[in-house]
Amino acid sequence: MVEAVMRPQATARTARKRTGLHKAMQRKSTIAFIMALPLILLIAVMVLYPAGYSLHLATLNKSMERFVGLNNFTFLFKRETFWLVVWQSCIFAVTAVVFKALIGFIVAHFVHNIPTKGQRKWRGMLLVPWVIPPAMSCLAWLWLFDPSYSAFNYIIALFGGDPIPWTGNTYWARFSVILVNIWIGAPFFMIMYLAALKSVPDQLYEAAAIDGANWWQRIWFVTLPMMRNIIAITALFSLIVTFANFDIVRVLTFGGPIDTTHVFATWAFRIGIEGGDIPLGACVSLFMVPILMFAAVFILRDINRRGNEA
Amino acid sequence: MHSRNPSRRRFIATTAAASAVAVAAPYVRGAHAAGKLNIGFWDHWVPGANDTLTRLTKEWAEKEKVEVTIDYIPSQGNKLLLTIAAEAQAKAGHDILAHPTWEPQAHAKILEPMTDVMEPLIKQNGKVNATVEYLGRADGKWIAVPATVGSQIKGPCSRIDLMKQHAGIDVKAMYPAGSAPKADSWNLDAFLKAAEACHKAGAPFGIGLGGTTDSVDTAGAFFHAHGAALVNKDGQITVKSDPVRKTLDYMKKLASFFPPDAPAWDDASNNKWLVSGKGALIMNPPSAWAVAKRDAPQVAEQCWTHGMPSGPNGRYAPFLPYFWGVWAFSKNKPAAKSLLTHLSQRSSAEAMVAASQGYDLPSFEKLTDFKTWAEIGPPVGTLYHYPNPYNHQILSVAAAPAPPKIAVQIYTQGILTKMIVRHLQGEAMEKTLAWAESECEGFMRT
Repeated sequence: MVEAVMRPQATARTARKRTGLHKAMQRKSTIAFIMALPLILLIAVMVLYPAGYSLHLATLNKSMERFVGLNNFTFLFKRETFWLVVWQSCIFAVTAVVFKALIGFIVAHFVHNIPTKGQRKWRGMLLVPWVIPPAMSCLAWLWLFDPSYSAFNYIIALFGGDPIPWTGNTYWARFSVILVNIWIGAPFFMIMYLAALKSVPDQLYEAAAIDGANWWQRIWFVTLPMMRNIIAITALFSLIVTFANFDIVRVLTFGGPIDTTHVFATWAFRIGIEGGDIPLGACVSLFMVPILMFAAVFILRDINRRGNEA
Repeated sequence: MHSRNPSRRRFIATTAAASAVAVAAPYVRGAHAAGKLNIGFWDHWVPGANDTLTRLTKEWAEKEKVEVTIDYIPSQGNKLLLTIAAEAQAKAGHDILAHPTWEPQAHAKILEPMTDVMEPLIKQNGKVNATVEYLGRADGKWIAVPATVGSQIKGPCSRIDLMKQHAGIDVKAMYPAGSAPKADSWNLDAFLKAAEACHKAGAPFGIGLGGTTDSVDTAGAFFHAHGAALVNKDGQITVKSDPVRKTLDYMKKLASFFPPDAPAWDDASNNKWLVSGKGALIMNPPSAWAVAKRDAPQVAEQCWTHGMPSGPNGRYAPFLPYFWGVWAFSKNKPAAKSLLTHLSQRSSAEAMVAASQGYDLPSFEKLTDFKTWAEIGPPVGTLYHYPNPYNHQILSVAAAPAPPKIAVQIYTQGILTKMIVRHLQGEAMEKTLAWAESECEGFMRT
């Protein structure tokens, strides 16, 4: 009798379980999670593990034999070159992102105004700097800026000008690395802004025109508010990538002259790999995290607020 | 089912038969009876040089019945440094790995001691110079074997015609092919005067002041010539000393005759300077001359590699040895040591020197008389004095004699060239010294 009572209960439990699993599998979030799982695992292995490991390395002494807590960080704070690198990284990233955004915005407008038939060609051509591997394009720029055989200086000399020490003088060297970063990165802004421009409804411009808005007012009151989120996201993304840039400085100036173009990544490499002080190198590279986190929180909070307002 | 239990008599008979076969059968040595060896050699820039190293290795492997795998790892993009760092972290990888100048000291604790290889080699090939000992020994033991491949002296490579015409110096007479140098008058003052004269004539000396090795090595030799060190061998900071001040004074004068963009030069700049025909002298191993031979033969015909000028502390030449190291976690240490012994034999070294057109340099005293250096040209004899055959120069590495873990920081951060550039650009001597002292304090971390 007991057996007879228990059996239906067990069957019901199994059925419930099956139904539960079935329901879970039918939920969009579960499917989404399962489909994203390979990527999550990949990120865990390729990003989280190295990040955790570099945190571990940053707490070791120079010979990596004992735990020193935050000593490496406090040591860095006392180094003149470290603060020079912090300053230069900020100048490099902020200046480059501002100019990339500005140039991207202007060029996107030009391209947007080209008739659809010929637009594809222009889009393709303007994307070229962004799709060439940076190491290769940097080598081409290196030849243009070469200390002794600069092609730019050759042209300047044709007009009777003095040669410019593109990579030999602190200010010119900073200008050169920022210029190359803008050249490589501006097409990304252009394509993002172009996509955003295309999604602005024409009716808004028509309404603005009826209200008598001029060209500048249309940009300020229609285009920019409609593009705010994409501008913010693009700026954040580019800020992260520019802050972590390595190849441009490494190829063009090697951090010189006298360390005045080093950014976090190049200095971390110089100290960690070339100088054999891996814990200190890890510390330098980790210093980017709080700066970028601050920028991310600041920008994303603004986007969220606007999202809620909408 | 039929089963048969072996009887005691049958068991004994079978065992006896098996033993007889085992004893009587000849020892069959397999093709790879002595195991495997995984090697990471430096990828040579001279076409064909890797082939010679492969041939020498395979000859040995065939004789010793070892299965070898060779990877040629380039130094471009610091691939070799990254490989060393990765293998040191993972405690896995190649059995033998090429180690550039400072790397053996950086990984001394995880390198197999090589004293049992080096002592017989020194007996056989002659002693090695103090720089090789400084970089290749730790705690009284050899930690790596100096490699012929990649080791180089970065002495002056002068234009015979331009030096004679503008500075009145006959470099061929000063360093005659086939006989000892007659370079008593070749000192720092003569060098400065020659630099000034060539600069005035529009053919400046092409010496860089950047952060890469060619610039740092040259600066290091001038510091040594004055007896100047930023940190002494006991690890004490000696930046604020008279020899350092004198060196900076001298270098400020000398650097004013360099090309104005010298602070931005990298390791390719001086090569290009020579090949373009613009300069009267560069500091480089014979790679620049070899490129000129291919691209600008009229320039190559006028090149002569010779010794450094002497200073108050002696005549110092920048020397950059490469090493071969065997990881402590290597799975086949006996085979690795045997191969390194083979590659350090006179015949092997001679083959490597010939394959590299004289660029590669054995570190042993008795291996500086190969006919490649005497015969290669044009002009014939151009490399005769490259291997320092009369020991009239002290081979040195920049930042020595500081303890290697401090010296490597001074070297890779290019502190010497940065000091020169700062002072050259108008910074007061004492301010430059204070900056360098602060940097050196930062390198004292353990």
